[in-house]
Amino acid sequence: MTALLDRRLLFVTGKGGVGKTTVAASLALLAAEQGRRTLVCEVDAKGNLADFYEAGPTAFAARELQPGLFAMSMNTEESLKEYLSLQLKIPLLAKIGPLARTFDFIANAAPGVKEILTVGTLAWEVRERHYDLVVVDSVASGHIVGQLTAPQGINELVQVGLVRNQTQWMLDILTDPAQTGVVIVSAPEEMPVAETIELAGRLGDETDVDLAAIVVNRVLPELFNEREEALFERLREPRHVDALSSAAKGDVSPILDAAGLAVTLRRTRAGHLADLRAAVDPALPLIYVPYLFTRSHGARATRQVAELLAEEL
Amino acid sequence: MAADKAKKGRKVEADEKVRTLEQLLATREIVVCCGSGGVGKTTTAAAAAAMAATHLGGKVLVLTVDPARRLATALGLERFGNTETRVPSEAFAAAGVEPRGELWAAMLDTKQSWDDLVTRHAPSTAVRQQILDNSLYQNISGRFVQSHDYIAMERLYEIHCSGTYDLIVVDTPPTRNAIDFLEAPARMADFFSSKLLRWLTAPSKSRVMTLASKPFYTVADRILGSQFLEDIAEFFSLFQTMAPGFVERADAVTRILSDRRTTFLVVSTLEAAPLHEAEYFIEALDERKLHLGALVLNKVLPAYLRRSATTGVAKRLCAEADDLAASVADAGEPADVARVLRTVGESFLNYQVVAKREAEQRASLARSPEVVAAVPYFDADIADLSGLLALGDQIWR
Ligand SMILES: Nc1ncnc2c1ncn2[C@@H]1O[C@H](COP(=O)(O)OP(=O)(O)OP(=O)(O)O)[C@@H](O)[C@H]1O
Ligand SMILES: Nc1ncnc2c1ncn2[C@@H]1O[C@H](COP(=O)(O)OP(=O)(O)OP(=O)(O)O)[C@@H](O)[C@H]1O
Ligand SMILES: [Mg+2]
Ligand SMILES: [Mg+2]
Repeated sequence: MTALLDRRLLFVTGKGGVGKTTVAASLALLAAEQGRRTLVCEVDAKGNLADFYEAGPTAFAARELQPGLFAMSMNTEESLKEYLSLQLKIPLLAKIGPLARTFDFIANAAPGVKEILTVGTLAWEVRERHYDLVVVDSVASGHIVGQLTAPQGINELVQVGLVRNQTQWMLDILTDPAQTGVVIVSAPEEMPVAETIELAGRLGDETDVDLAAIVVNRVLPELFNEREEALFERLREPRHVDALSSAAKGDVSPILDAAGLAVTLRRTRAGHLADLRAAVDPALPLIYVPYLFTRSHGARATRQVAELLAEEL
Repeated sequence: MAADKAKKGRKVEADEKVRTLEQLLATREIVVCCGSGGVGKTTTAAAAAAMAATHLGGKVLVLTVDPARRLATALGLERFGNTETRVPSEAFAAAGVEPRGELWAAMLDTKQSWDDLVTRHAPSTAVRQQILDNSLYQNISGRFVQSHDYIAMERLYEIHCSGTYDLIVVDTPPTRNAIDFLEAPARMADFFSSKLLRWLTAPSKSRVMTLASKPFYTVADRILGSQFLEDIAEFFSLFQTMAPGFVERADAVTRILSDRRTTFLVVSTLEAAPLHEAEYFIEALDERKLHLGALVLNKVLPAYLRRSATTGVAKRLCAEADDLAASVADAGEPADVARVLRTVGESFLNYQVVAKREAEQRASLARSPEVVAAVPYFDADIADLSGLLALGDQIWR
């Protein structure tokens, strides 16, 4: 199997808020620092990828943030213009304004048009070898299958026309596991795990795109082994708490409570992780990223996650 | 007029300040829970409804979108289907409460709701069947951009108008953008009254003429192929027959959102991204003159983590673990005890960083409504009625 970062196109998806942008930004940073010319593209309208690098806003035109690391945000209207001029060889007409508006409308109404513009733009970068790797901070689990199947869908719906001619090469790139992979970001909680399992199944059933890896984000640290945990429980007895508090010159009970909370949180989450591991293909890599106890979540956290990913990959 | 009707509804005392969720819910008929993905919208909506049914009485419905399976089961919900089901009294008994009212729950089935809409608005059975059988429709009803949002609002309207419930608490779908669903009805109305739809559905002869006169349609034609455009046109002309019904509905749905009996409950965690979205949402409500009822801050770490006095103690546990272990010598092997003390101290300091960051986030909230409730981080998922009520207790008064 092709190593994750040696693929050409990675779609990072997952339930809302699990850490898609964090993981996409970190994977791209890691790839760039390993010497790959890397593009990271945010597809979501949210527009917060820039916050993860703290290197200025992103736009449709890719911008080099640091050597080898380029960032852009998807804009289907811009992408349409590019599509028309680059791929269909239609010169940029003055009428592009109304066309785009019209097209936006069709795109909203007709299934798959917006999606194909998004996927098409990214696959184009891959086909033209502008980058070694394109990382997509993609749409959430609910929409990713629609996005990935758009070329196929259009291929079936549209019998003739230039779009149809354009879908085959996209399909060739998307369905080649050596080139394209999906990364599902999950978290050790009930809903993210359930959604991950469901999505892994749908990717297999409804698409020919390869699931490359699952990144389990926000994994809480294991504080104690069994023996230490028993010891910890003993320490929470009042007489020990009192003895410790006077020796440490201050009340230790909040500290013990906090550890107790950490232990319970970790334990309920471990169950969800076990469910996930049991439900997916045993050969599928599960990459664990610990919960970061950091002051803020900007460039620093992105770098930390990149370093953690480097160890895991 | 909706406004006149509103006056006959529950009386809202204008000068009486609402300070708690209990007061808020007592004066409203529709509560919409919204916020960023995964923050706890579904849980909060269910908890608020359960509390209202328990303490305020009346018939309360929670209209949920995609609840966690165990929560759905606990509420007695089937995985699919739009049917409203009553949460059995045994569930309340098991949670040790005797509710004053009834709690009902329903889930949102997008596909089913679309089919219902078509059935309602189609001018004839023949057209209805044609639409339902159309492959483009089947595609669209499942995936139409933001169709979920529109359907959620549409169902809300439908249930509200049935007059069956005293209070409806609505959960919202995880949208890419939290305000999408506010705009969904207007978008739907736009869609049906747009020029393009009219063009697409114009008799084909006149379309050919328009086509010739407008180069950009030729371009669209080249890109998509005329057959596909024809397919779209056919589908839309079928759909067009339902336009008047749809536009009217969409307007009515928009109106109930701004009705004074409706309020919004914004849910967020204290993480930067969701909170940012919550603030954006609060602004959006303001701009649209919609009523912001409460901000629910969910999964908040316990306050004891922020105590600065404890910081020093935790640091001592780390630095002087070996010496301190001696004070509890009978708890275990000194080396083990020291290791545990160090771990415990470090863990506290770690969580403190997060708790302090959360507190800062909270303090930096630019604008917040009168009711701000904080829900602690529970150490397990909330999967049954007693869990919901425990959560509800935290925000009720
Ligand atoms: N390993 C981690 N430890 C701690 N916090 C994290 C971790 N990963 C992500 N976060 C934080 O969680 C929040 C959500 O992360 P992120 O924005 O990457 O998620 P997302 O899936 O892209 O969200 P959305 O669906 O809103 O686009 C951010 O505040 C981020 O800093
Ligand atoms: N205060 C809390 N403490 C602990 N767990 C919680 C708390 N609130 C919610 N949860 C858990 O967090 C998960 C997500 O909650 P929920 O499904 O309500 O979020 P949501 O905002 O509806 O998500 P989505 O955007 O996907 O619809 C659930 O597993 C729920 O049990
Ligand atoms: Mg994101
Ligand atoms: Mg939900």
